[in-house]
Amino acid sequence: MKLLENPFGIHEKAVSLRNERMELISANIANADTPHFRAKDLDFQKILSGLNPSPMASTNFRHFETGEPEGANGLVFRTPYSSSVDGNTVEINVEQAAYGEAAVQYQATLQFLESRISSIRKSLRGE
Amino acid sequence: MLKNIFGIAGTALNAQTIRMNTTASNLANAGSVAPTEDEAFRAKRPIFRALVDQADLNAGFSKLGGVKVKEIIDSTEPVRQVHDPGNPEADEDGFVYLSNVNEVTEMVEMVAASRSFQNNVEVVTTAKQLMMRTLEIIKA
Repeated sequence: MKLLENPFGIHEKAVSLRNERMELISANIANADTPHFRAKDLDFQKILSGLNPSPMASTNFRHFETGEPEGANGLVFRTPYSSSVDGNTVEINVEQAAYGEAAVQYQATLQFLESRISSIRKSLRGE
Repeated sequence: MLKNIFGIAGTALNAQTIRMNTTASNLANAGSVAPTEDEAFRAKRPIFRALVDQADLNAGFSKLGGVKVKEIIDSTEPVRQVHDPGNPEADEDGFVYLSNVNEVTEMVEMVAASRSFQNNVEVVTTAKQLMMRTLEIIKA
């Protein structure tokens, strides 16, 4: 019964992450003309590998926090290629490319899920 | 959820439409004259703000990450003063005050708003396709 224990594997988590990334990029595109808006993105590598640099142990309440702040969840600010006067770091062409990439990645994850579902269905039918 | 993308892009479409509307109003009033400097028409500019916290939202579904028009400000460019004694709006010295609308700036604003609008329409189109594709997963 291994087949139905964790039928979707990593793709279950991946599809929601891909979705979250598309949402972030769509927010960047929506705020392309907002002064002082800073473009954000997800660091997939960090999230999927679960690598969160652990903060340094603090032995006193006055110690400063180090490492990545808790709850950042791989959220990173994008570094713009060139800065703009109004402090906005959205570069529309970069965002368009990222959105296209994210859409393709989302479709790829869907494809994996689809083939997994169809193979489970086939084996249940005994085809 | 993918549906959040529709909300986010929707706020942007709305904001860009307001920007386009102010541009239309500015261009329409470019030739307006007034009898005093204070009454002269001043070009309007929307100021955008990102929707980052819950207080920015109206009741209803979440659109965090979207954009809204924070306020509409008047341009501070100087108003043009023209000597036109025949104009019924002229003051006792024969001066009328034109608007401070710069047509070239307005055309640039219009094109920029239109491009941003198109970008967001494209975002919605892609999100819609992916959503349809996700629905089809049950047919797999």
